[in-house]
Amino acid sequence: MEDRILLAHGSGGRLAHELVETTFVKALANPLLAKLDDAATFDLGGKLAFTTDSYVVSPLFFPGGDIGKLAVCGTVNDLAMTGAKPLYLSLSFIIEEGLSRRDLARVVDSIRRVAGEAGVEIVTGDTKVVNRGSADGLFINTAGIGIIAEGVSISGSNARPGDRVILSGTIGDHGIAVLSQREGLSFATRLESDCAPLGKLVAGMLAVSRNIHCLRDPTRGGLATTLNELAAQSKVGIRIEEDRVPVREEVLAAGEMLGLDPLYIANEGKLVAIVPPEDAGGILEAVRANKYGKEAAIIGEVTAEHPGRVVMKTSLGTSRIVDMLVGDPLPRIC
Amino acid sequence: MKFITEFRRPELARGLLSQIQSQSRTKARFMEFCGGHTVTIFRYGIRQALPRTLEMVSGPGCPVCVTASADLDKAIALSRVPGVIITTFGDMLRVPGSRSSLEKAKAEGADVRMVYSTIDALRIASDNPDRSVVFLGIGFETTAPTVAASVLRARERGIKNYYVLSLHKLCPPAIRAILDSGEVRLDGLICPGHVSTVIGAHPWESVAHDYHIPGVISGFEPLDILQAVSMLVAQVERGEARVEIAYRRGVRPEGNPEALRVMERVFETGPARWRGLGEIAESGLKIRGEYQEFDAERAFNIVPEPAREPEGCLCGEILRGVKMPLDCSLFGKACTPEHPVGPCMVSSEGSCAAYYLYGGSLGG
Repeated sequence: MEDRILLAHGSGGRLAHELVETTFVKALANPLLAKLDDAATFDLGGKLAFTTDSYVVSPLFFPGGDIGKLAVCGTVNDLAMTGAKPLYLSLSFIIEEGLSRRDLARVVDSIRRVAGEAGVEIVTGDTKVVNRGSADGLFINTAGIGIIAEGVSISGSNARPGDRVILSGTIGDHGIAVLSQREGLSFATRLESDCAPLGKLVAGMLAVSRNIHCLRDPTRGGLATTLNELAAQSKVGIRIEEDRVPVREEVLAAGEMLGLDPLYIANEGKLVAIVPPEDAGGILEAVRANKYGKEAAIIGEVTAEHPGRVVMKTSLGTSRIVDMLVGDPLPRIC
Repeated sequence: MKFITEFRRPELARGLLSQIQSQSRTKARFMEFCGGHTVTIFRYGIRQALPRTLEMVSGPGCPVCVTASADLDKAIALSRVPGVIITTFGDMLRVPGSRSSLEKAKAEGADVRMVYSTIDALRIASDNPDRSVVFLGIGFETTAPTVAASVLRARERGIKNYYVLSLHKLCPPAIRAILDSGEVRLDGLICPGHVSTVIGAHPWESVAHDYHIPGVISGFEPLDILQAVSMLVAQVERGEARVEIAYRRGVRPEGNPEALRVMERVFETGPARWRGLGEIAESGLKIRGEYQEFDAERAFNIVPEPAREPEGCLCGEILRGVKMPLDCSLFGKACTPEHPVGPCMVSSEGSCAAYYLYGGSLGG
């Protein structure tokens, strides 16, 4: 039987990694791509960060955001995760025939507002319209560039044993907010997506210390997948404590109802920072001083033991492995 | 009251654990029937926290895992019938049948849609009057009533293109089959929580009586499990064999009479094939003749190729509690969550997936 791409290959979990590594990285190999950080960084007179991403969210509008806000924040955050100051974005729209003009205008207005907040400009773009059924309302592709200050060197491969792991706030808000609006599942919740641009939060952290080892935003695949990526890239172990990971009661409840673990649910306005222990206190304060980092916490540390593995101390005091997401989390039967 | 955090409070857990430590003298092996309990036990590392006198084994309570290959093949074959839309709960998608899975059939063009309830499946049927919409009726007593209700509603609304492939299974006959086989000695049962919300405590009481084995119906939070273990230990130490309900916020002794009535109206019991346990009499739910126009078995004459079980896969033995996931030579090598060989590695409630994801060596 012919091997085909499954939906699960797009989930951001292990199947997606396998696809990227065996199909794209292998064929298109170069040292910049091979680093597999959120954005590529290179020197062109100054040090630059460059990234791209596509957005295919259903529904297009959800509590706390929409596809336009998501597109800008996602790209701004990918740039910020290299320590860059995000500057310019491109936006490409793939529009399904029949999309309402009003919805498109709402998306563009939302893009304008969040780009203003993030301090980035949309400097180029493209529009395609495809037949009904060839897209789901609206897809957006973005690219972005930013500039990295002297002395900043952030990569997923820089974590060292003894480093502290900072999480900028509660996990799972975005994934559950979107699920709560999805056709066939709508449940009432006050929860809003955490979708937010984190460029200024990162700038605040760098103002305290340039010695930040890793930054990553735990989007699809959730906190668990991000920590696993960092552990694998840096060839270190990571140990976190369940009780220190902030989770909203609503997220816990929805997760229980659907059989989904908040550790694997997407976030769009959170970051994980891995920093040397002596700078951890100051950096944590800087995160908390930003409106998107008020609930930040140190959730664990980097270890020399169990390289490539993430281990969690549960609230009962026992330990267990936290693995990477495999495919999309599937709601269970009972 | 907060229904989640209140049942995860570490200081209460420590109290229960020290109570279990001081109570437990006799060596005992308990089976948690339900996959949801298995997940809690692994997520919180409960096995490593229990005294050495106590051993926990996982039972067959994962609906996806116990679905026979032949039945999966039938569902996959149905998905390839022109004009058919398959509607299913999410965790069925990735389960391998003999040769394919619904997820792969979907990538090849089959119309397979994940739904969260049978009401969605009914809506798809009324939105697509020229298509045949088949709902895969997988699950235990927990989900069967909602499937029965969908059949009643389809009749009420005159929806003619809605069908159910009923592969529903009943839990008490499976427990009896495991106890009858004598393959694994059990000293106590953690009875399923949400199954018991529907059927109540009485069916377990006859099991406890017939096999002289204590049972406690438990909820799904770590404190629920620890309380259930503590109650089982107390019974073992006193030589008792009663059924107790630890999950009082979810289960009444008589169950849910309305759900039972709806189930009874639409379904009748019959033999069912269980992966690992084989055919068990009176352990399945078939659609009654009175509602046969909704029965996918009758509406579509599907004869899939003979089923084959994956070579070397120990899911069957693992579901019976005879073998542990780590005993399987495929575990973690040929069989991983991204490339599952057997169903126990697919479902989030399967023992192999729980071992793999939460670390059998650490968490077990």
